[in-house]
Amino acid sequence: MSAVQAATPFETVRTPDPANRPIKVHTAKVKVTYGQKEALHGVSIDIAEKAVTAFIGPSGCGKSTFLRCINRMNDTIAGARVEGKITLDEQDIYDPDLDVVELRARVGMVFQKPNPFPKSIFDNVAYGPRIHGLARSKADLEEIVVTSLQKASLFNEVKDRLSEPGTSLSGGQQQRLCIARAIAVSPEVILMDEPCSALDPIATAKVEELIDELRANFTIVIVTHSMQQAARVSQRTAFFHLGHLIEEGPTDHVFTNPLEQRTQDYITGRFG
Amino acid sequence: MTEAASHLPASRLGGSDIRTISKVDVGLKRRYAAERRFRAFGLAAVTIAICFLAVLFGSIIGRGYTAFQQTRITMMVDFDAGIIAPDGDRTSAAVMSGDSFRFDDLIAASLQRTLELDPNDEDGLYDGLDLLSKGSAPLLRTMIAKDPSLIGTKRTVDFYATGDVDAFVKGSIRADIPESQRLIKDKHIALIDRLEKEKALHLAFNTGLFTNGASTRPEMAGVGVALVGSLYMMLVVLALSLPLGVAGSIYLEEFAPKNRWTDVIEVNINNLAAVPSIVYGLLGLAVFINFAHLPRSASLVGGLVLTLTTLPTIIIATRAALKAVPPSIREAGLGVGASKMQTVFHHVLPLAMPGVLTGTIIGLAHALGETAPLLMIGMKAFIVDYPTTPFDPATALPTQIYMWATEPERAFSERTSAAIIVLLVFLLAMNSIAIVLRRAFERRW
Repeated sequence: MSAVQAATPFETVRTPDPANRPIKVHTAKVKVTYGQKEALHGVSIDIAEKAVTAFIGPSGCGKSTFLRCINRMNDTIAGARVEGKITLDEQDIYDPDLDVVELRARVGMVFQKPNPFPKSIFDNVAYGPRIHGLARSKADLEEIVVTSLQKASLFNEVKDRLSEPGTSLSGGQQQRLCIARAIAVSPEVILMDEPCSALDPIATAKVEELIDELRANFTIVIVTHSMQQAARVSQRTAFFHLGHLIEEGPTDHVFTNPLEQRTQDYITGRFG
Repeated sequence: MTEAASHLPASRLGGSDIRTISKVDVGLKRRYAAERRFRAFGLAAVTIAICFLAVLFGSIIGRGYTAFQQTRITMMVDFDAGIIAPDGDRTSAAVMSGDSFRFDDLIAASLQRTLELDPNDEDGLYDGLDLLSKGSAPLLRTMIAKDPSLIGTKRTVDFYATGDVDAFVKGSIRADIPESQRLIKDKHIALIDRLEKEKALHLAFNTGLFTNGASTRPEMAGVGVALVGSLYMMLVVLALSLPLGVAGSIYLEEFAPKNRWTDVIEVNINNLAAVPSIVYGLLGLAVFINFAHLPRSASLVGGLVLTLTTLPTIIIATRAALKAVPPSIREAGLGVGASKMQTVFHHVLPLAMPGVLTGTIIGLAHALGETAPLLMIGMKAFIVDYPTTPFDPATALPTQIYMWATEPERAFSERTSAAIIVLLVFLLAMNSIAIVLRRAFERRW
């Protein structure tokens, strides 16, 4: 069935953004192949600036794969090939002249499992600014660390133990530490790959609250398995299925009035 | 059971042939019995291994511990200027040149004084000299050459007794066998008893075992040269195999594309670890000595050959350690914009460090005990003098053990075991360092 789908021309159902936000990331016909297997069959989507875009869909639908194209993390996987076009502020990110290290500083990432470095809380946040030379002095660096931790709503919990290892924190705190680490290099876009799937409901609520606050300054793309989460935190939602982008539009629209049968089936829990 | 029922497992619940835990109880007992049996086998295996280890250590230490003591004969020596420096030249060079018999005269004179012999009693003098090591005169000579201010003074000097006297004092040569079959004759026994009573003959800690080089006189032989040779080799191995091995593994594990070439390299490295070490010895002989014309018997060449044997071990251990670092750490590093190299050196390598160091030290410990390749490159020569650089001829601990093991004298056989003890102590020390380093670098994630 999927082979037939891949062969027939596919049209994504789109509902335009009523708020008319400027476009931060533009992608056109992005295909990803792992060896012989095509995981994404041409995804085109515009991601709005200073808003949260949620990618939803059943497991293996390609949403994480697509997310990892936006900061070229797929480059690190042997045998992965990306076709199509992705631009960040109209700049092609797969341009051979583009520095991938600089790209990843502009497009930060938070992963599924909290993965703090086995260093102190301070060093975890300070690492990015240090390697990118963002701080001119020690005081500068301290300020960056403190503001990043504050923005990640973690500072009050850890201010007395900045020299303790980041791994000594609880799961939810570790994930917020990872978010602070991502913010510390002042990215424009933050990609979040199921950031709450390893957290308990209370920690999840805190991270969701944080995401909502971060929207004011950053463009956020979040992959989630929880439809409630997508509904709670995102302004726009994109539904992926079997390597296709089925439908994208304003979150309330997609959840209350999906135009595609498959979207309807998924959000009502008929499959997935 | 009907065919229809077999499709519906739920319907079996109503039948009379229900298999409950009380009915399969027999099987449960059998499982527990199997578990008990397996534990017993394991315990037996561990016990047997410990027994073997105890026997091994017991026999080595039992044979070797006596070598750490040595029979010394203390005598007052008159450093007579007229004998030592007949022409008045008291420099070291003058002491080392000229007639060597003058030092024998010094020893004979002090022996006569110690035993209160008649100057004309030649037999008594020769019986006394039989007890002293034949290396005593050269020892006295180097002692004076080192400190010419001794000339003209009187000092007590600890001389070595011969290996046979030493064996007799330690009880390896027994007095109750017939004199004709005994290496120590009755007249010597009488002298030994007399010297013992006068506290001139005594057992002392054998420092010579650690400082002396090779010698045909067992009482003068030591592992000093072998220790220095082994040390130089370990330095060469460490300096070459650690950076090469770690750099190679990092490249293969983190940077190299995964294709047929890297697969071939990986298979070859694993195979190289299993190549008999004597083959590396032959390779070293052909490449380093015959082709590159490096000096034979030198610890540099030994170190190079051992580097070859150690590299696969280090590479395999390092790659395993790098593989064990969770990929999430790499993603975290790349995700904040670190370059591949920064990610590897800032995050991956520190986490892999305990494994890398353990692998390296285990590899070094292997290299320290390696014998066969050293025989091929001539590191079993008779070396008396300390090597001052890795280019000088030297022996190594295992080859020294090999050479002594072929000697028949009692003093050499106890030295063989003593050298094995020294080697084992070094290996234990290295393994302890490995454990300490592992603990020090271990971090959780």
